[in-house]
Amino acid sequence: MTTQLLTYIFVGISFGLYIGIALWSRAQSTNDFYVAGKGVHPVANGMATAADWMSAASFLSMAGLIAFLGKDGSVYLMGWTGGYVLLALLLAPYLRKFGKFTVPDFIGERYYSKTARKLAVICLIFISFTYIAGQMRGVGIVFSRFLEVDINTGVIVGMAIVFFYAVLGGMKGITYTQVAQYCVLIFAYLVPAIFISILMTGNPVPQIGFGSTMVDSDIYLLDKLDQVTKDLGFAAYTENVKSNIDIFCITAALMFGTAGLPHVIVRFFTVPSVGAARQSAGYALIFIALLYTTAPAVSAFARMNLIDSIQDQPYSTSPSWFKNWEEIGLIAWKDKNQDGRIQYSSGDALEETKPKYTSDRGDSGERIVENNPNLSNENEIYIDRDIIVLANPEIAQLPGWVIALVAAGGLAAALSTAAGLLLVISSSVSHDLLKKTYMPNITEKQELKYARIAAAVAIGIAGIFGIYPPAFVAQVVAFAFGLAAATFFPALFLGIFYKRLNKEGAIAGMLGGLLFTASYIIYFKFINPGINNSDYWLMGVSPEGIGSFGMILNFILALGISSLTSPPPDEVSDMVDEIRQP
Amino acid sequence: MKRKSDQYWRSNIKIVFSLLIVWFIASFGFGILFSDSLDQIKIGGFKLGFWFAQQGSIYVFVVIIFLYVWLMKRLDRKLSEEEDI
Repeated sequence: MTTQLLTYIFVGISFGLYIGIALWSRAQSTNDFYVAGKGVHPVANGMATAADWMSAASFLSMAGLIAFLGKDGSVYLMGWTGGYVLLALLLAPYLRKFGKFTVPDFIGERYYSKTARKLAVICLIFISFTYIAGQMRGVGIVFSRFLEVDINTGVIVGMAIVFFYAVLGGMKGITYTQVAQYCVLIFAYLVPAIFISILMTGNPVPQIGFGSTMVDSDIYLLDKLDQVTKDLGFAAYTENVKSNIDIFCITAALMFGTAGLPHVIVRFFTVPSVGAARQSAGYALIFIALLYTTAPAVSAFARMNLIDSIQDQPYSTSPSWFKNWEEIGLIAWKDKNQDGRIQYSSGDALEETKPKYTSDRGDSGERIVENNPNLSNENEIYIDRDIIVLANPEIAQLPGWVIALVAAGGLAAALSTAAGLLLVISSSVSHDLLKKTYMPNITEKQELKYARIAAAVAIGIAGIFGIYPPAFVAQVVAFAFGLAAATFFPALFLGIFYKRLNKEGAIAGMLGGLLFTASYIIYFKFINPGINNSDYWLMGVSPEGIGSFGMILNFILALGISSLTSPPPDEVSDMVDEIRQP
Repeated sequence: MKRKSDQYWRSNIKIVFSLLIVWFIASFGFGILFSDSLDQIKIGGFKLGFWFAQQGSIYVFVVIIFLYVWLMKRLDRKLSEEEDI
């Protein structure tokens, strides 16, 4: 059987499974739709949280990013797992005790203010849509490369599936499909990693394998990789390039941002008790750690394999994956020294970085790009980092079914996250904006109807993002985490741990954090991208890490303004006492 | 009754605070600030600072959460026993 046929079968089976689960778990009430009836077992919720959390970025892009960043890539590993400690210890149990439906719900009640609630809804929608755009791009890449369908068709199929189980099943449908999606994605991630680990080091555990010696030699893989990367003009793989303060701030922004992401927090509203919420955070992190500790091993293997399989190879005999990805437009080769061989080293191969293909072919059969070669270095290839995980099984020459499995896993990761995000968007619209603010008289049945309509509209918008991907998707990912850290985390944390915080303080803090972080990112990413480097950054902190400063500003404003204005009413104080009890 | 719940809250804060210190040391400490010095020590093919940044910190995070679950369960039990008396 061909790889493509296998991919159709694997993807078809997994999609059938998701639809079956959706039919079985239809939502009957708003309680079902928003929080799955609060009856989800902590282990199941842990899996669902892990699938919800691990997006197309974690599954497809992260290992590739780390492969090229080396030790600097640790910011993602620590940042996207360490946030769960904060979530488990500081937020999840208390928010579960609070026992309502959404994150803006807590902010609106705790700060006794419709303004605070609306501000929270705006932040939530902005963060969630930023995030969704990336998921849809992931779906498009997988479809176009492995099923050889048009990206648009791929996005529409993906949308239809999500529509089916999110609109029908709400949180209940999403939870159980996410459990299935976790199983698919983790299996799809581990199988090729184990294979490659055995091939390269003889050790079946990738986490240990990448610290072992290479097969048939007594040189450690990481030592060899340091050597090879240095020889090609890169920094040594296991050494940092970024400054410590920048690494510190990016890691912090990702951690606090993770803890403040509404679609993750809301998962803890679905378990039966406070104790279950605590446990569930632990299970979620175990399930996440399984992928996150494997990823850096995959990165090291991939970097090594990539260099080995193309360096100084004649283009005409280069491996088929190289040409396949070139056809898709994610690899380009410019033969600067006209020797017909591929040379890979540090620096951008092309001016303007991204290739612009023409319809012509060069002497060796490669696709010709219009870009001028960047003559300040000898690097001849452009490689999109997003392809590393998908190409890895091909690079390591694994059997076709492994490649098919990875495609199904990538789709599971993208769809599960998209569904979770769509749910928080729709529930914040139907519950927080309509029921709690503008249309307080609607019945539960009407609210449920509006929730479904909101979910359908949100899917439509997400699909448009997927078909016409805004060019800024990659640049705004920093937004989602930076803004969550600078707005939600302090408001939630202080809401629980500091009774004296009043609505004036909370609103000022959220607004200040939002405006500061957003303007810093917009300035460096859009208005003046030419000076986006450490000479111009505030204290050497990049836009990716600025959320940490936004968060500190939020804390200062919240505490300062709170102490100058009147304390919150007694009911609020009682409510805080109440959520502090298990 | 009021005093019981204040006491519970204080013990809770103590648990959370001590665990967060461990969290900070394992990630920001070993993985970032002291990472380069720890890199002088090698265990197998891993430099220790690199290992903490890409592996060790994550294992520590998992342990912290389960430790928290266990400590809080004990504290909750103590509270409900005292309330029964």
